[in-house]
Amino acid sequence: MDTVEKIVEDFASDIAMSPFSSGTRLRDMIRAIRACKTAAEERAVVRRECAEIRAAISEGGGEGIRHRNMAKLMFIHMLGYPTHFGQMECLKLIAAAGYPEKRVGYLGLMLLLDERQEVLMLVTNSLKQDLNHSNQFIVGLALCALGNICSAEMARDLSPEVERLMRSREVNTKKKAALCSVRIVRKVPDLAENFMGLASSLLKEKHHGILISAVQLCTELCKASKDALEYLRKNCIDGLVRILRDVSNSSYAPEYDVAGISDPFLHIRVLKLMHILGQGDADCSEYMNDILAQVATKTESNKNAANAILYECVQTIMGIEATSGLRVLAINILGRFLSNRDNNIRYVALNMLMRAITVDTQAVQRHRTTILECVKDADASIRKRALGLVFLLVNDTNVKPLTKELIDYLDLADPDFKEDLTAKICSIVERFSQEKLWYIDQMIKVLSLAGNHVKDDVWHALVVVISNASELQGYSVRSLYRSLQAFVDQGSLIRVAVWCIGEYGEMLVNNVGMLQLEEPITVTESDAVDAVQLALNRYSTDVTTRAMCLVALLKLSSRFPSTSERIKQIVSKNKENIVLELQQRSIEFSSIIQRHQSIRPSLLERMPALDEASYLVKRASTAQATLAADKPAPTVSPGGLKLPNGAPSSASTDILIDLLSIGSSPSQNGAPAADLSPPAQLGAVVPEATDLLSSLSSSTSVSGTKSAPAVQDMDLLDGLTSNTSVSGHDNYLSITAFQSATLKINFGFKKQPGKPQETTILATFTNLTSSSYTDFVFQAAVPKFIQLRLDPASGNIVPASGDGSVTQGFNVTNNQHGQKPLAMRIRMSYKVNDWNKAKSAIFLPGYSADRTRSLNTHIPKAIDRVRRRGEDRHIGERRQGEERGAATAESEERRAAAAAATESVERRAGRTMTGEE
Amino acid sequence: MGIRFVLLVNKQGQTRLAQYYEHLSLDQRRALEGEIVRKCLARTDHHCSFVEHRNYKVVYRRYASLFFLVGVDNDENELAILEFIHLLVETMDRHFGNVCELDIMFHLEKVHFMLEEMVMNGCIVETSKQNILAPIHLMDKSS
Repeated sequence: MDTVEKIVEDFASDIAMSPFSSGTRLRDMIRAIRACKTAAEERAVVRRECAEIRAAISEGGGEGIRHRNMAKLMFIHMLGYPTHFGQMECLKLIAAAGYPEKRVGYLGLMLLLDERQEVLMLVTNSLKQDLNHSNQFIVGLALCALGNICSAEMARDLSPEVERLMRSREVNTKKKAALCSVRIVRKVPDLAENFMGLASSLLKEKHHGILISAVQLCTELCKASKDALEYLRKNCIDGLVRILRDVSNSSYAPEYDVAGISDPFLHIRVLKLMHILGQGDADCSEYMNDILAQVATKTESNKNAANAILYECVQTIMGIEATSGLRVLAINILGRFLSNRDNNIRYVALNMLMRAITVDTQAVQRHRTTILECVKDADASIRKRALGLVFLLVNDTNVKPLTKELIDYLDLADPDFKEDLTAKICSIVERFSQEKLWYIDQMIKVLSLAGNHVKDDVWHALVVVISNASELQGYSVRSLYRSLQAFVDQGSLIRVAVWCIGEYGEMLVNNVGMLQLEEPITVTESDAVDAVQLALNRYSTDVTTRAMCLVALLKLSSRFPSTSERIKQIVSKNKENIVLELQQRSIEFSSIIQRHQSIRPSLLERMPALDEASYLVKRASTAQATLAADKPAPTVSPGGLKLPNGAPSSASTDILIDLLSIGSSPSQNGAPAADLSPPAQLGAVVPEATDLLSSLSSSTSVSGTKSAPAVQDMDLLDGLTSNTSVSGHDNYLSITAFQSATLKINFGFKKQPGKPQETTILATFTNLTSSSYTDFVFQAAVPKFIQLRLDPASGNIVPASGDGSVTQGFNVTNNQHGQKPLAMRIRMSYKVNDWNKAKSAIFLPGYSADRTRSLNTHIPKAIDRVRRRGEDRHIGERRQGEERGAATAESEERRAAAAAATESVERRAGRTMTGEE
Repeated sequence: MGIRFVLLVNKQGQTRLAQYYEHLSLDQRRALEGEIVRKCLARTDHHCSFVEHRNYKVVYRRYASLFFLVGVDNDENELAILEFIHLLVETMDRHFGNVCELDIMFHLEKVHFMLEEMVMNGCIVETSKQNILAPIHLMDKSS
């Protein structure tokens, strides 16, 4: 036999005689690659080598060349270059007779294989031959390869051979066969019962290699089948206890000794298996108690290997039905670990406490201070673990001191960690707050220290709470004002403060509703305006915040008539703003301040309190319905479609934002709020409709949206079939799922009676432009709880000008029907005159949980869109005569899409949000 | 499955050995190696040897200029993996005699053979240095 290296060296002489002698030696190639100074050079060398290897492959070089080329390919593969072309060469090497060739061939197979089924099929036969080979090393190679790469089919084909080899007399063959079966059982769990008996008999062996393999096989069997678990509980507990006793009592065995501990790896594997067997089985657990106690007490924890065993032992004790004495022992070990100065040990201790907390909360609580210290550790891994643990430790009694500690640390935490920490603090405060004052205080602290890391829904919730707590509004606005003076750069602090100043400005100035603990402050009317103006003009402020500032200023102009003139000036500065949203607000608000003094006070009344309960429900359902991938990016590009006030592109149903731009609250609460007259409120919500856009009547669209038939679509989608209008099975009830200026998509829905969760949808694509679309492809993605089956489309060319259309049927099954609504992301790609185009949209037909509420959420959207359409007209007028470049045409198209979406909403077709790429 | 991958990376972040026990495409592998190496190399000796990355943990240990990175499932015993890394290094030491980066580069296949004897399908098979090296010595002798 020959060593690989030797062979590689020998090539030097081979090359002289070989007709394919263009190649370099392996060593030379590695040297050449190492000598490369830049990545480009390295790529060039690799490309040259690959070309030579390919050439050698196609010319069918001799055994030697092949061998060397494989070694080269492995190196190239390791560097991260594609080497798939070498796979067939591996097969040829495996088929060769000699051991060295096979050795390299199998290694190459395991490294280079990319799970292509053809290659695996081809190799099955060679594997079968080698498994039956007389040389144990070749059998070992084949077992190893099989254990690393085999597919389910191969597992079925070759499992009889592996079973036979497990009975072999060779130690090496036995252990490899046992591990090979781990993969077989994982791929084909049905085969588990064939291996149960064999596995437990292997536990009687002496050789550690066989034992560790057999224990791992048993572990896998327990995971694969219940029967196997029961069988092993009965048959192998004895064996395991004996192994553990032998291994921990054995005298010095140099081969397996690690720092005075005999074979820690075997220890750990046996303990892991005991964990699985003892879980939920009192008899088994009782049987293990003694040996576990022995391991836990006898192992000295001054070496890493010993700690590893203790760690596993504690996990097992926590997992099984252990006696209380044993648990105390385990908790004590944990305490020792936690006070250890080695970071690795502390990390592991935190990890264990995380599991122990379900078993014994009190014991973990005792270590609370140490854990809190770990939250402030310099090491990110430890901090993360500790924070997770603190989060689990919080309860009603300790929430206040813990929150205080965490918030105090928030100031010092490094920026990467702040986001995590902020999210956890907010979650704790929301979950455990018992009184509103405390909640508001803590939230304001968090906003002040880490306002840029607070998620939108968190500060929205704060606003909802403040709007409901009438006795705390004065206090809140004053605290926020103070914080705003001290912390100028915290995004969400500015938003909440500005909103409150706008709403409760007079409470700020007049010190209304002073609490006892509060220090009075003197704020003049113009101070309040100053604060908002400062926020508006701050360079770092984003569009949403600016928009909120403008609303706040408008509100202040009515609360403090004396500042009205100044506010008008501030507002009108934004008339020329390049961001459409700000420009529009500025123009409209100026006109309200200037020309509509008479209706202004009623227009700008305070927002009615939001219903907290319905907000919470909606917040939860939004979190569910919004697919993580579809969350709109926080950046707002100027003039882009993604406007902050609930524009059609935004996927989140952000009620507060709606509320800020147009008061959606009457409809939000279901019935109009009792203390406010609805007409006045309606007037307040659509100021521009009353003057600038006189042609559009918002009230009609509102009442239109409210009308009854809307419910039917919801019912259809959410599954009530028998009593709705669709009793005829072939009737498709159709809605517009997507419409832009260029493309329209209708969805027709059909339900099978008796299968409410299944919906058949027929999509019809219509081209609204004058040039036909080619290569049209429709794709849909659904969340995990929905299954989707797409039928082939009727064609891939959509003719121009709506002259015919393409249809495509598909079937969706909502596995959580009744709990979660249908949600879908659709994408259309096509070519127009050889230009690639693509559009995507999110399709959410409605929520089943609360139909009326989900219906109501459409109303503000509808108003919003009406307003938006008016704005288009507004812009259109101003742009008359201007030459429109391509970019303008593009944005026109977008706006048209928004308008189209409005129409579809008005048609009560469910909620559709469009976005385009 | 236990071990998901074993990576050897030098101080400059160049991969010196890569063995994966689950299938990853070339691009995924390159991205993964880049991310992990960046994360681990940025840590100092005072930090613990465990880094959480995506849905698994990376246990790493540094020997001179070489980093040994082992990706494991979340429920794997991290301290045992540290011990495993040390065993791998000791095995290489015994074979090469004071192993260095160059030994590994120029004898890549041998290191792979050793790893193959030690780990199969992400499970540890053999922990005795003598047993691990026996087939390799046999090959050497017979040549």
